[in-house]
Amino acid sequence: MKYVDEFRDPALIRKTADEIARLIERDRHYRIMEVCGGHTFSIYRFGLQRLLPENIELVHGPGCPVCVLPMGRMDDGLAIAARPEVIFTAFGDVMRVPGRRGTPLEMRAKGADVRMVYSPLDALKLAMENPDRQIVFFAVGFETTAPSTALTLLRARSLNVDNFSVFCNHVLILPAIRAILDSPDMRIDGFIGPGHVSTVIGARPYEFIAREYGKPVVISGFEPLDLLQSILMLIKQLNQGRAEVENQYARVVPWDGNRPALRALAEVFAVRPFFEWRGLGFISQSALRLRDEFAAWDAEARFSVPGVRVTDPKAAQCGEVLKGVLPPNRCKLFGRECTPEHPVGALMVSSEGACAAYYHYVHAMVTAGD
Amino acid sequence: MCLAIPGQIVRLLDDEGQYAVVDVSGVRRTINIGLLREDGVKPDDWVLIHVGFAMSKISGEQAMDQLRLLEMLGEASVALEEVSGYDFAERAESTNDRQARSAERSE
Ligand code: SF4
Repeated sequence: MKYVDEFRDPALIRKTADEIARLIERDRHYRIMEVCGGHTFSIYRFGLQRLLPENIELVHGPGCPVCVLPMGRMDDGLAIAARPEVIFTAFGDVMRVPGRRGTPLEMRAKGADVRMVYSPLDALKLAMENPDRQIVFFAVGFETTAPSTALTLLRARSLNVDNFSVFCNHVLILPAIRAILDSPDMRIDGFIGPGHVSTVIGARPYEFIAREYGKPVVISGFEPLDLLQSILMLIKQLNQGRAEVENQYARVVPWDGNRPALRALAEVFAVRPFFEWRGLGFISQSALRLRDEFAAWDAEARFSVPGVRVTDPKAAQCGEVLKGVLPPNRCKLFGRECTPEHPVGALMVSSEGACAAYYHYVHAMVTAGD
Repeated sequence: MCLAIPGQIVRLLDDEGQYAVVDVSGVRRTINIGLLREDGVKPDDWVLIHVGFAMSKISGEQAMDQLRLLEMLGEASVALEEVSGYDFAERAESTNDRQARSAERSE
């Protein structure tokens, strides 16, 4: 955990924290969900909960793209990776996520050609360099990452690279928020809106949360001061009975999003009628697939994937943690069967996963007697 | 994956506004700038980079803030590793740029 003095503007941070403490209504409990995994990471890393009064509860949302993938999708991807003609490429985050038969890294140890890439364009280049192999990119991510995949596919088409394909697992943040709002066991008072997803989609699409559900949303940057200011803005809205979309991160997030990115998304992807999310179940219109015009680059069309549905290991409570119903350390496996060295669920793998963040920055401190 | 990396545009690589060389804490790599077509990216501009693509144009001051944030989060070295890993340059660069680069080397 960091100390306040190391942050930018420690005086302003204290002032903001004091103002939050002054404004909260004592007998009221505030449940605020940060939707984005980057925010979850920041909150734990900086120990922000410590600066807040006890009746403000920060609840972690589903904004960690590899965490929300059901195990069956991993297995489908790994079935493709097992084919001898395939070079399977993915971001580092994906490499240690377990499917039923192990992780992509373990598959590599057993002889599959699995390679980590930092950009989908790296995978496309691999395809151009290995014309006799099939290069498959395992695409994950919200609207932040999907435009990169879209531009890569547009490039693959314009360069006629026919040994490249994408196994598309891009998911959409708004249907997930709606599912959480509709879920009977959820009671969220307000949302800290994601930063970088919103650079693509803008702030406007969150308006339904305020209009239809009467909940405030503040889109936030990632610094401690950003997050505290956003929480302050939410508390003010809640106390005054307002529900609006406010943009704390306006220095980066335009109200209407990034037009070229939205155009690329619309050109390459169509919305799937439904998609299964870990913990949240099937959510309609919540994920992207390649449009039929891009079927030649769609790994799901090129290779027959088993389409398996797998239930998580019984004791694992990833779903409840993802929905914010359970804090990470209350999962029965946390810190015992499930650790960053031996993860059972993706939440313990990704740096954006709530379990990994909690383990590194809270659990480690507590057990070290700090 | 969600933390964006700040970089400064060194030069543009093609006429279609697709690729540029960027400098991230001294590491130079090619990135795609196609998503910022409407922002008119030019040398010395600062951008936030995500998986090899510039996502938004930012001010120099914001870039410093973002760098410091990455450092505070303990993610600065991960970010540099990511940028160093971008490996799609050769094909993307125009012949002109390759010539420019070999000229630079012989300088
Ligand atoms: S501790 Fe492991 S099994 Fe439990 S919720 Fe977290 S990732 Fe899932």
